Amino acid sequence: MKALKNYIDKIKPHFEPGGKLSMFQSVFEGFESFLFVPNTTSRSGVHIHDSIDSKRTMTVVIVALLPALLFGMYNVGYQHYVSIGELAQTSFWSIFLFGFLAVLPKIVVAYVVGLGIEFTAAQIRHHEIQEGFLVSGMLIPMIVPVDTPLWMIAVATAFAVIFAKEVFGGTGMNIFNIALVTRAFLFFAYPSKMSGDSVFIRTGDTFGLGAGTVVEGFSGATPLGQAATHTGGGLLQLTDTLGNPLSLSDMFFGLIPGSIGETSTLAILIGGAILLLTGIASWRVMLSVFAGGIVMSLICNWFANPDIYPAAQLSPLSQICLGGFAFAAVFMATDPVTGARTNTGKYIFGFLIGVLAILIRVFNSGYPEGAMLAVLLMNAFAPLIDYFVVEANIRRRLKRAKNLTK
Amino acid sequence: MDHVVKIKKGLDIQLQGIPSPRISEVPNSQLYAIIPDDFVGLTPKITVKPGDKVLAGTPIMHDKSHVDVTIVSPISGEITAIERGERRKVMKITIKPDSTQQSVEFGKLDLDSMNGDEVKALLLKSGTFAFIKQRPYDIVANPDTTPRDIFVTAFDSAPLAPDYSFVLKEEMQHFETGLKALSKLTPGKVYVGVSAKQPIEVKNGTAVIFDGPHPAGNVGVQINHIAPINKGETVWTMNALDLLFIGRLFDKSAVDFSRIIAVTGSEINTPHYVRSHVGASMLSVTHGLVKPAEYEQRYISGNVLTGTNAGANGYLGAVHSQVTVIPEGNNCNEFLGWASLNPHKYSMSHSYFSWLMGKKRQYAIDARVRGGERAIIMSDEYDRVFPMDIYPEYLIKAILAFDIDKMESLGIYEIAPEDFALCEFVDTSKLELQKIVRNGLDRLMKEMN
Repeated sequence: MKALKNYIDKIKPHFEPGGKLSMFQSVFEGFESFLFVPNTTSRSGVHIHDSIDSKRTMTVVIVALLPALLFGMYNVGYQHYVSIGELAQTSFWSIFLFGFLAVLPKIVVAYVVGLGIEFTAAQIRHHEIQEGFLVSGMLIPMIVPVDTPLWMIAVATAFAVIFAKEVFGGTGMNIFNIALVTRAFLFFAYPSKMSGDSVFIRTGDTFGLGAGTVVEGFSGATPLGQAATHTGGGLLQLTDTLGNPLSLSDMFFGLIPGSIGETSTLAILIGGAILLLTGIASWRVMLSVFAGGIVMSLICNWFANPDIYPAAQLSPLSQICLGGFAFAAVFMATDPVTGARTNTGKYIFGFLIGVLAILIRVFNSGYPEGAMLAVLLMNAFAPLIDYFVVEANIRRRLKRAKNLTK
Repeated sequence: MDHVVKIKKGLDIQLQGIPSPRISEVPNSQLYAIIPDDFVGLTPKITVKPGDKVLAGTPIMHDKSHVDVTIVSPISGEITAIERGERRKVMKITIKPDSTQQSVEFGKLDLDSMNGDEVKALLLKSGTFAFIKQRPYDIVANPDTTPRDIFVTAFDSAPLAPDYSFVLKEEMQHFETGLKALSKLTPGKVYVGVSAKQPIEVKNGTAVIFDGPHPAGNVGVQINHIAPINKGETVWTMNALDLLFIGRLFDKSAVDFSRIIAVTGSEINTPHYVRSHVGASMLSVTHGLVKPAEYEQRYISGNVLTGTNAGANGYLGAVHSQVTVIPEGNNCNEFLGWASLNPHKYSMSHSYFSWLMGKKRQYAIDARVRGGERAIIMSDEYDRVFPMDIYPEYLIKAILAFDIDKMESLGIYEIAPEDFALCEFVDTSKLELQKIVRNGLDRLMKEMN
C-alpha cells in the first residue's frame, strides 16, 4: 500500500492546476480519495469527526442492492430456461451465468454513461467527484425489463443525469430521483420496449448462450400485465409463464417475470433490513409506504368494481409483492435527497406514495407499474410537505412571542 | 429541585482520557497570554504597551463599542508583547509574571447592600463582566441591556469535560456569592442548569435538573427547555466555572483568575485535574502528562467539539477549563477506508460496526475529517443530536442563503455555534456548521444594529 501511496503522491503534481494533466484533476482526486481516506485534519469547528462520509453511505446502499441484483440475475436465467423448456437439464450456475451476462452490459452502460457525465461536470465546476451516481447507476439496470436495448439505457441515463441532476447542481441538489427519471424517460419515449408481453423475459440467446425455441403455451406477461389486460370481468387468476396459477409465495420469492431487480420481495426486504440496521434509510418512509399501499389495496378490495378494474381484486399482500412496489418502498422512496426531510413529513410522504402507487395500478390500466410514477410524483410534493411541517414550527415560535406581549 | 428535564436527543461520544477526580500541582507558567478572540464579539482596544507593569486586575484592553467592558490582566507582572496578525488584528497579549503577585484592591465589598448598577459597575471594572455572554448572537453581554433572565450552566456534558460537582466542591461559597451577584442584574430569574448525574446544591438560584446526553449541558439547550428566547428579548448566559471569578471578587475583594483544569484526551498519561490559571501556557498545564509520540499531536484548549487548536506552544483560552490532547492523524493513510469493517472506527450511524462494541467502549479519535465536503444529503442526521424545538437543517440553509426573515422565524436568536457542534461531528457531508453559524450570527448582528 505504501508503494501505491508513494506512486500517487509522485504523479499528483501533474494533475494540479498548471500540470499537464490538470484537466483530469477531479477524476484524479476522485480516485485518490477512493483509494486512500484523505488525511486532511479539521481546520475549524469540531476537532474530531464521525467516520461516516458519503462514500460509506453509498457503499451501504449498494451492498443492500446486491441481494435483489443477484436474485434478479438468477431470475433472468430462470425465466429464460423456463421459456425454452430446458430448465430441468440446466445447472444453477448456467442459469445464473445466463442472467449475469444479460444484466452486466446494462450495468456497465449505465455506469459508463452516467459516471462519464458526472466526471465531466465535476471537472467543469472544479468540484470533487460526488458519489451519488454510484447508487443511481446500479438502480437503473434493476428497474428496466431485461430486453431493453443498451442504447436506450444510454440515452435515458444521459438525459436523467444531465437534466434531472447536473442542471440542478449535482448530488444533493436534484428534485427527482435520477433512476426514476431514467425509467420514466424510457417508459414515455419507448413505451413498446417498456411494457407488454415480450420484453420481460429474454427468449433469445445471450452471447450465444442458451439458444432454443420457445415452448408451446408460453406467455411472457407479468402478473400486473395480466391484471391490466384482464377483460370480461370474472375472477382474476394470475399465472406464471406456462399458465400455472401463481401463489402468494411465488410472488414473494420472486421467480416471476418482471423488471430485473424488482421481482423478489424477499431479496428486496433483505436489502431493506440492511438499510434499516445501518440507519441509512428512514424506517418512517419505508413503513408508511407499505402502510399506504395496504390501506389503498383494502379500499380497492371493498369499493372498486372488479369488472371494470380487475387489479382491484388483488389482496393487499399480493399488491405489495407484485411489480415494483416493494422495490420503490425500500430503495426509491427512501432517497433522502428527493424525499421529505422532516420526520413528520416522512410519514405523509411515504403514505401518499403507497396510496398513489396502488391507485395508479388499479385505476389506470395503461400504467400497470404505478409505484415508480407514484414516487416521482411525490418527489415533486416533498418540499411542499416539508414546508408545512416547518411552517408549524415557525407558527409555534410566533405564538410564543405573542403570548408574551399580551 | 424537583423539576427534571429529560433530554433524549444527543450523543455522548466515548473518548479515551477521562479525567480522574484528583488534583495535582503543575509548575507555574513562564508566560501568560490573553487572546482577545476568546471574548466573542468584542473589538479590542489595547490600553497597555510592552514593558508596562500590571497587577492582577489591571485593565489591559476594552471593547471599542462599549468602553466600560474591560479585560484585565489575570496575573501581576510585565507586558512582554502584543502580537498582531493579518490587518493588525491583535492575536494575543503576553505577560511575564513577577514573583510578588499583587492584585488590584477593590476595597471592602458588601454585596447585600449593593444595588444592580453598583454590582454591574464593579464587574465591568474588575474584568469579570467579559465572561458573561448574551443571546441573541452568543457574544460578550452588552452592559446597556437588562437581561430577561440569566442562565448559568453548572455542568459540561461535552466529551471528557470536567466534572463540575468535583471542581466546584471546594468553592461552593464563591459559586453562591456569584449567583447572588447575578440576581441583582436581572429583574427575572437566575436559572442554574444542574446535571442529574453530577448534582450540586443550589441556594441562590432556580435550579433545573437536566438528564440526558450531550448537549444537555449547553446553556442554549437549557434555555430552550426552560424559557425560550423570543425575538426582541435578551438573556445573559454564564458558565458556573467562570461565575467563580465573580464570586471570589466579592468574597476576597480582589480578582482571582485561578482555575482547575481538566487535562484530558487519549494522548495524556493519567488524565486528571491540575491547578492553573487563566492564560497559562499549554506546556505548563500539560507538563509531564503528554505521552511521548513520534507523530503529531493536537493540543486543544477546551473540548474536542468546541475548543480551539492552541498548539503545544499556545495558551489556555480565557473561557476554557479543559485541555484535550489527541493525535493529529495526518500521518495515517487509510487504504479503502470507506469499505472498512473495523469495529474500532467510531460512528454514530450503524454503517460502521462500532455500535456492536457496546456503548461503554472508549475510542481514541484523531483530528482527521474523514471525508470530502458535500451538499447536505442525509436527512434527520442533525435532528438526532439537536434537542431543541428548532429544525437545524432548515436554519442552516436559511443562514447560508442569509434570508433574515427565515432565520428569525426558524429560531436564530436561540442558538449558538456550540449547539451545532454535534451536528458537525456526525455530518456525513462534513460541512463546517459552527463556522457557518458564527458567520451568520456576526452578519445578522451587523444588519440589525
